[in-house]
Amino acid sequence: MTHPALTERPEKRPQAGVSPARPRPAAVRRRRLRGLATVALFIAPAFVLYGLLVLAPIAIAAYTSLFRWNGLGGWPEDFIGFDNFTRLFDSDVFHGDLRNALIIIVLSLLVQLPFALGLALLLNQRMRGRAVYRLLFFAPYVLSEVITGVLFSLILSPETGLANQLLRAVGLEELERAWLADPSTVIPALFAVMTWKYFGFYMILFLAGRQGIPRELGEAAAIDGATAWEQFRHVTLPLLGPTVRIAAFLSIIGTVQLFDLVWVLTGGGPDHASETLAVTMFQFGFKRTQIGYASAISVVMFLLSMIFALAYLRFVMRRDTQGAVTTMGDHR
Amino acid sequence: MSLRRRGVVVMGAAVTAASLLLAGCGGGSESDPEAASGGKVTIDWWHIGTTEPNKTIYDGWVKAYQAQHPNVTIQVTSLENDAFKSKMATVTTAASAPDIFSTWGGGVLKQQLDAGIIKDLSVDADAIGTFTPAALAAYQIDGKTYGIPVDVGMVGFWYNKKLFAEAGVTEPPATWSAFLDTVKKLKAAGTTPIALAGKEKWPGHYYWTYLAMRTAGLDALKQAATTHDFTGPGFVDAGRKLKELADLEPFQKGFANAAYSTPDGQAALVGGGKAGMELMGQWAPAVEKDAGGGIGEDLGFFPFPAVEGGQGAATEALGGGNGFAVGADAPAEAVDFLKFISQMENQKKFVESGAGLPSQTGAEEAIKDANLKTVATTLAGATGFQLYLDQAYPPAVGQEINDSVAGLIAGSKTPEEVAAAITETAKAEG
Repeated sequence: MTHPALTERPEKRPQAGVSPARPRPAAVRRRRLRGLATVALFIAPAFVLYGLLVLAPIAIAAYTSLFRWNGLGGWPEDFIGFDNFTRLFDSDVFHGDLRNALIIIVLSLLVQLPFALGLALLLNQRMRGRAVYRLLFFAPYVLSEVITGVLFSLILSPETGLANQLLRAVGLEELERAWLADPSTVIPALFAVMTWKYFGFYMILFLAGRQGIPRELGEAAAIDGATAWEQFRHVTLPLLGPTVRIAAFLSIIGTVQLFDLVWVLTGGGPDHASETLAVTMFQFGFKRTQIGYASAISVVMFLLSMIFALAYLRFVMRRDTQGAVTTMGDHR
Repeated sequence: MSLRRRGVVVMGAAVTAASLLLAGCGGGSESDPEAASGGKVTIDWWHIGTTEPNKTIYDGWVKAYQAQHPNVTIQVTSLENDAFKSKMATVTTAASAPDIFSTWGGGVLKQQLDAGIIKDLSVDADAIGTFTPAALAAYQIDGKTYGIPVDVGMVGFWYNKKLFAEAGVTEPPATWSAFLDTVKKLKAAGTTPIALAGKEKWPGHYYWTYLAMRTAGLDALKQAATTHDFTGPGFVDAGRKLKELADLEPFQKGFANAAYSTPDGQAALVGGGKAGMELMGQWAPAVEKDAGGGIGEDLGFFPFPAVEGGQGAATEALGGGNGFAVGADAPAEAVDFLKFISQMENQKKFVESGAGLPSQTGAEEAIKDANLKTVATTLAGATGFQLYLDQAYPPAVGQEINDSVAGLIAGSKTPEEVAAAITETAKAEG
């Protein structure tokens, strides 16, 4: 990051009695100040936008979460302290939201990511039509969440849906379910749709990671007598570590904020069985116009995501982020 | 070299200025864009007429009015019911409203009035002069009128005469116990007795509301709006009666995730002859036809049955109508357009198409459909009228009723818990 145009000191004007190699401290300070001013000028536009569009809304949400407020007419006035939060923490719906998020996260980590990884490794092999397969598997990710939701609400429809018709056609009538209407099947069904939608994305991530691993390492291991499994376990997987960690991170954060797919598929139902934090927030914010309470939910979502993200970066992705901008202080 | 550096500084300053300017523009975009365009006027019209025949009728009005007033452009945004409500909530929060938008009166209209985004239309409604008192009632707050009604109607059971006859039900049930018997008979005959859109929740709340009207009575519902207390025995009893019904498992398979107007939804099931009945407003035949093809002559209507020992009479109707409110900053042409659509010939055409029941006296003769005539006469002879609860009460209370009743039907909430949850929300809303 040492571009000569930015670091050279153009004001070197040798003066009588002062060594040209060592400018006066005041001059140094002035120069450093000017340097800082330039930095500030460059950062300012981005910072203004970031402040207006990200920081200010967060601050306003945190502020309104302390009020009973329907969002109408100027600023909130009915201050109620942390009542919105105590009400939230007592609410069964909120507990259900957390439980649903947890189930989906566990399923994603145990099923979705390994599945994507397996496919990525498979599609890294030399085979006919490899590019076509990659394209096909990635295609669902390109569809919008709403289209995916509508598509699968047709597929999973109890009487006329493709899923149940297929089961009937192969004689598995007893496996037929009202997939999205039954509290016991709605989360697995939702997870299946999520997997269909997102596995292609993780597959591409893993594929990119896999291609960054030099082939020589695998060959060397093979010469040393490592089986395919041992090669995967002791060479490929450790070297894919950074990719796996970032994939898990994206998957977890994405689950905390899951909204559109659920909204279109089930609206959070039946009877809150598939509700997520974001759906609850929407219900209270835009349907019940209890903006104060909805703000409290958004603050909790924000804190959950932030604490998780910081902890994850600090403890899990520590090695991956070393040398990146965030830790530059130690290496300058 | 210093020139190069200054260039960089100037560029940075320019970018900063530009971004500040952009930010400034964001704040200023609420100013009226129509003001600068001379004699031309653009009216934003948001409505929920996404299904036939409303779609055609509304489009026809726009074309006719624009032909008469070449300087007026009416920009239509037509939204599905729930999407419309969400979008309205957003613009209400931002204290900006479209020029003309659908309203059902009640608590939501009151909120919009409090937010200062709607116009007082008392003078204009009086000038038209032919609206029935029942049609206007929903839009009147403290003696002033804030909406122009287009139609008014009521909720009742729409049933399949053929399926009823096949199950051995000769006449529509007049009491709750007879109604439960009917459900049992239909079920025994292998028919889905009732279609219900559980995903959307509002169709389910009609059952609880009607039962509350029958058990607790209209006065109790009115009182609860001010005392915020829904725990009285009448309300709990309404929940118990609904539980009796839900325990018979009268709804279609997978009703909990069924929508109302989709091809596999509530209206399509009745309209396709696959379910015995649905509890729905006067628009039901139109939507049934649109979504499921319709069952023609087999379709019949009966009012919600009386509940033995209850406070309310079977002649009291739950209903409401569609109307339009006008945004506070709307041009005068917006009100003029509403006067135009309220002209008797336009109202008659609207009624004729089956889009709704008349809101004005003198247009009844235009009703062609026998069932709708039944609804209109039932409504005319009604001894009491209750506006839909999710409209009459503030949105939070309405949604809590929808939500709690959905829980009751799903079996996760007891009648007592429903009453307590609604009371809690109503009290918190104050």
